[in-house]
Amino acid sequence: MTILGPLLMAATIIIPIYLATQNNEIKNVAILDETGIFIEKFKDSDNLKFHYLTSDIDSAKNTFHSSGDYALVYIPKTEVTLPTNAIIYAENTVNINLQSYVKNVMGRHIESLKLQARLHELQTDKKEPVPVDDILRSIKTSIDINTLKIGEDGQESKSYTEINMALGMFSGILIYFFIFMFGAQVMRGVIEEKTSRIVEVIISSVKPFQLMMGKIIGVGMVGLTQFLLWVVLTFGIVTIVISTISPKDINKTATEQMLKRNEAISPVAADALLAQESKPQEGANKVIEAIQSVDFPVMIGSFLFFFLVGYLMYAALFAAIGGAVDSESDTQQFMLPITIPLILSIIMAQVIIQDPDGAVAFWFSIIPLTSPVVMMIRIPFGVPYFQVILSMVLLLLGFLGATWLAAKIYRTGILMYGKKVSYKELWKWIRLRER
Amino acid sequence: MDIFTATNITKQFSNHKALDHVSVSVPEGSIFGLLGPNGAGKTTLIRIINQIINPDEGELLFYGKKLKPDDIAFIGYLPEERGLYKKMTVGEQAMYLAQLKGLSHHESLKRLNFWFEKFEIKSWWNRKVEELSKGMQQKIQFLVTIIHEPKLLIFDEPFSGFDPINANLLKDEILTQKEKGATIIFSTHNMASVEELCDHIALINHSKVVLSGLVREIKKTYKTNTFTISYQGIDENLQTFLPASFQVLEERVDPDLRHAIIKLPDTASPNDLLQPLLPRVTIHALQELIPGMNDIFIQAVTQQPSSTPTLN
Repeated sequence: MTILGPLLMAATIIIPIYLATQNNEIKNVAILDETGIFIEKFKDSDNLKFHYLTSDIDSAKNTFHSSGDYALVYIPKTEVTLPTNAIIYAENTVNINLQSYVKNVMGRHIESLKLQARLHELQTDKKEPVPVDDILRSIKTSIDINTLKIGEDGQESKSYTEINMALGMFSGILIYFFIFMFGAQVMRGVIEEKTSRIVEVIISSVKPFQLMMGKIIGVGMVGLTQFLLWVVLTFGIVTIVISTISPKDINKTATEQMLKRNEAISPVAADALLAQESKPQEGANKVIEAIQSVDFPVMIGSFLFFFLVGYLMYAALFAAIGGAVDSESDTQQFMLPITIPLILSIIMAQVIIQDPDGAVAFWFSIIPLTSPVVMMIRIPFGVPYFQVILSMVLLLLGFLGATWLAAKIYRTGILMYGKKVSYKELWKWIRLRER
Repeated sequence: MDIFTATNITKQFSNHKALDHVSVSVPEGSIFGLLGPNGAGKTTLIRIINQIINPDEGELLFYGKKLKPDDIAFIGYLPEERGLYKKMTVGEQAMYLAQLKGLSHHESLKRLNFWFEKFEIKSWWNRKVEELSKGMQQKIQFLVTIIHEPKLLIFDEPFSGFDPINANLLKDEILTQKEKGATIIFSTHNMASVEELCDHIALINHSKVVLSGLVREIKKTYKTNTFTISYQGIDENLQTFLPASFQVLEERVDPDLRHAIIKLPDTASPNDLLQPLLPRVTIHALQELIPGMNDIFIQAVTQQPSSTPTLN
């Protein structure tokens, strides 16, 4: 274990780094710029490659699926103002890197165009100098990016990367905590029964397997109840607080007060400020829209599945550890192989959320030990059904396997007192034939 | 009738054979002692009887029928390694364990009430187990073992860890259970308790049964036809009045009584000893020296004849 420990630890650090560097499959992105002002402004990077289309948007959308492109960035023509929005079409949710890159490039370019115009205006007017702050404020541009999923049949639906990320991360972390917290509770329970020596009294009445499963299911029920209670209470508190404080009012009064204080403010700046003011309202709408776009039945259904089966699988392994050791201080050497996949899936969450359809995400969401956390991170982004089903089947098999393994270790371990158990010993117990 | 029979039980653990073709039969209504040095396989056999582990080979019969999982309702087991949930209250825990044995809630409560009153521990009902002393905890463990009125009671080292008062209480209770018709199997090192309680024994050594049967018959076979005699009247060595086949092993002189230990030839009766002596001495006592279970145990385990008896 002294050698295995560092090896495993090193693996948890190296594997994500390796996978992340391996993960530069190049994504082709088509740009359809009707305004013509962003030509050659998008630069290729390690994993993004841009090419420009000249066709119209309808034919671009029609050929999108056959083109093999990852995404299509569409900047529609504007008549009077400079273009400040873009639509990104993709098969699934658009990766956040691409979104922020497009936003950045467009924003910077538009701002520089505005600045040029403003400087030109100032030069020709030759009026008294304007504070730099005002100039900067007046050129400030916010780019609006809409992301749309475009299905095989050409059907379009809005997608919300940020919400999906938040939702995925949240449920993944929730599962991670749940497994750790209640898995460890199962282990402590088993150790308690062993050290208090009640276990032999009980297994003269019930089978060891029944005792083990009873403990796992019982703790699971406690966990689920606690979890549901949290959800209901959190929801209640949030609803009450939001209904008493309306964020719209706060923003409006703040802006108005600012305007009153700064009477000398230039009309352009005032315009910009008022434009900004409408933003929160818009943002709130967007959030509501985004929340409505989430497929809650699928989300909740798969969450409950991965939550419960993931817990059951890990709890069985935790119970086996509890059965094998004499006290909690002896658990360390056996804990490592169980906690590493869990920790690894949380470390990998960063990589997976950037690229929820990549190879790393796929494998981590299929392998049973990491799938409960990783699949839940992926689900909000939309995962092909066959992958979800494959992952669920494998997780169920993982659960059965873990239970079978745990039952064998547990059965022998709970009657073994005062013996320091090694991995070799565990292996013997597993192979032990029992009629 | 035998309540329980085990035939040719063999159990192999990864690195040693715990039981090697062990056969025991426990007659109904008896107190059956399972003896043997540490590590002989007693606990393994007891765990097999309780179906906690399965034997590799052999047959187990309960009332003449194959032992089945449901039979645990008729068996009460007090393991050697015993304990209770420390954070639970005494009452909750006793109720839980009683119901685990298949009693209804109502029935458990009724019976526990009876026992708690009998043992005068009613006031502990709402106390946590961790507040109780070890002896108190053992009382609870004992009463939950017998709460479902099992036909067969199995105690693994019941007297270990009991103080003399509680050990006595336990002994009395074992005898009461026997009177009520229960059969009791217990394993022990304590030979005094074997003498006092057991009708039958099986002695296991190195995974095998080396001695089994009725206690009084075992004692008979270990008898050496040796007597101690207390007398008055002569000062000479007794041997001078006895035939050479009667060996005087030891003599001791008290102020008014003389004692001797005499080994008789196998065919001789105590009367043959008395005949030559009666005309010469006044006999105050004559007693056959019956080997104690302790001697029999040591003799069977070490395969050596017992040390010569002494007059102390």
